[in-house]
Amino acid sequence: MTTRIDTRFAELKKQGRSALVTFVMAGDPDLATSLDIVKALPKAGADIIEIGMPFTDPMADGPSIQAAGLRALKAGMTLKKTLEMVRGFRKDDDTTPLVLMGYYNPIYIYGVDRFLADARTAGVDGLIIVDLPPEEDTELCLPALKAGLNFIRLATPTTDDKRLPAVLSNTSGFVYYVSITGITGSASADAKAVGAAVARIKRHTKLPVCVGFGIRTPEAAGAIAGSADGAVVGTALIDALRGSLDADSRATAQTIGAVTDLVASLAQGVRAAKQAAE
Amino acid sequence: MTPNLPNSFRSGPDERGHFGIFGGRFVAETLMPLILDLEKAYAEAKADPAFQAEMNGYLKHYVGRPSPLYFAERLTEHLGGAKIYFKREELNHTGSHKVNNVLGQIMVARRMGKKRIIAETGAGQHGVATATLCARFGLECVVYMGAVDVERQQPNVIRMEMLGARVVPVQSGSRTLKDAMNEALRDWVTNVHNTFYCIGTVAGPHPYPMMVRDFQSVIGSETRVQMQEAEGRLPDSLIACIGGGSNAMGLFHPFLDDPGVEIFGVEAAGHGLTQLHAASIAGGRPGVLHGNRTYLLMDDDGQILEAHSISAGLDYPGIGPEHSWLHETGRVTYLSATDDEALAAFQLLSRLEGIIPALEPAHAIAKVMDLAPKRPKDHLMVVNLSGRGDKDVPQVGDILKSRKT
Repeated sequence: MTTRIDTRFAELKKQGRSALVTFVMAGDPDLATSLDIVKALPKAGADIIEIGMPFTDPMADGPSIQAAGLRALKAGMTLKKTLEMVRGFRKDDDTTPLVLMGYYNPIYIYGVDRFLADARTAGVDGLIIVDLPPEEDTELCLPALKAGLNFIRLATPTTDDKRLPAVLSNTSGFVYYVSITGITGSASADAKAVGAAVARIKRHTKLPVCVGFGIRTPEAAGAIAGSADGAVVGTALIDALRGSLDADSRATAQTIGAVTDLVASLAQGVRAAKQAAE
Repeated sequence: MTPNLPNSFRSGPDERGHFGIFGGRFVAETLMPLILDLEKAYAEAKADPAFQAEMNGYLKHYVGRPSPLYFAERLTEHLGGAKIYFKREELNHTGSHKVNNVLGQIMVARRMGKKRIIAETGAGQHGVATATLCARFGLECVVYMGAVDVERQQPNVIRMEMLGARVVPVQSGSRTLKDAMNEALRDWVTNVHNTFYCIGTVAGPHPYPMMVRDFQSVIGSETRVQMQEAEGRLPDSLIACIGGGSNAMGLFHPFLDDPGVEIFGVEAAGHGLTQLHAASIAGGRPGVLHGNRTYLLMDDDGQILEAHSISAGLDYPGIGPEHSWLHETGRVTYLSATDDEALAAFQLLSRLEGIIPALEPAHAIAKVMDLAPKRPKDHLMVVNLSGRGDKDVPQVGDILKSRKT
């Protein structure tokens, strides 16, 4: 089974460059604006799009992404509407991979089987669920694989060589290496340490390895892209979005551009890196 | 009753940390290796007679155990039914049952070589116990506490700071216990290399619900012996308040396989079950939060709702997973008491017995006031008096004053 994620990485390999993976929160600051943002991301230079599923209690996220989720929930976002948003995106774009990222409870309450069927029909390619380690694979990971979705696992600095095979065993699409021990948007990733970690993971898997948590600038994205198959940027985009909102946290004429401008410069950073490396 | 009842109610959890469908290990990968290390370290400690002996020494000479089982004669007369006994956990050092668990976890943390301890706290009782043991063993201590709770439980904030702990007021979400736990988890994931998370209740990822239960079971084990001494037999009923449910689990667990013992847990019904409350079993359904599957208060989208209780220690939208299982198997009956019922019980107990209870066990006393009159005079009822009310005196004083005017 080949998904849009597999196809995209195969194309990028031919082009000899790494992926820019962008994270935005579904429904932040409202459904229509966030759909417009997601639609504009591929043209701005995003190769893969992660869409956050808002949750009241995001235990692995820093203040920026926490606030983004709460803005979305306040504006009435639900998991059902997140899937609507995916359907809206797929009307015009059938190639850019879409990955839903979030926490398990909203999916559990939606109903695992119903969610997987609806997500697949809507055009979701993969899932990243922060609070489902391999020990809980029977909950969602195995049913997702069976339903034809990629289940993208997080590997972290605390995942040692002994544990890596278990973490990688049911992973597909790509491996998401969390470059720091910490929450999203806190510390900066150290490109050198990340390079060594990516090399270590690649000894255990043929899957692409993308790196996230702690990448904010085009330079940092470029540095990471030099040693990994993709750089994930989330908090910096959310911060750019928040900076464009009015005093009541509503979208303004600047909101979409604030995100896409940053994505364009991040994409330049990622693309320049690989050319320099070659 | 569910058709497939277990042979024993005391054999859980299974090796994956499950009590029926409840429990589990729903945590970020960063924490998973440490949680597996903790599971191993705890299993080794549990099997080590030297660990048990050391803990028993501290329980006796530092905590002041065993806590008395006291016949509440005037409350019994007043209610005119069951013979009511109090398990006096409020007499422990630091003023509540929380110290039993903290002592155990700090000793495990020491075995694991961890020098930095973090904790979440609602009423501040767990925070005070953690700050106390960290002072005693020379460990760094950081306590996360919702900003709302920092306001309403000032005496405990001052105590923690005097004991050398750093209290971090949490401003996110509802700014109560749930958010303090989120923030503690964020600290843990950031400082996983040197930090031990001392969870205050029978919740969180496996092995916490089991480990905390084991450390608190000293309450029920002592009660068995003490009731034999006092009355020559086991009690007929047990009753305890439940936020996460550690004092209740500690009293209940040693009695779960005695079918003659009726068991009641009391959740916080806040303003009433149709309004804002904190009764997860009465008003919630199974979901996944803070590392475990359990009954939670949430909306139809799986978003967690803010709980409300007059008692900061019960103000949490979840409950320990083993309680969820005991509810579904029917072994324990879960009731609830409102803010007003707890306040009335708080005042009654202060005047009748000369014991000012914490607002948390006042919820249990409120249900004793319902249940005891309906039981015969030879019915032996044990209520866990899990904490003392000093911390609540300013808050209750203000509420009573505002109601007079």
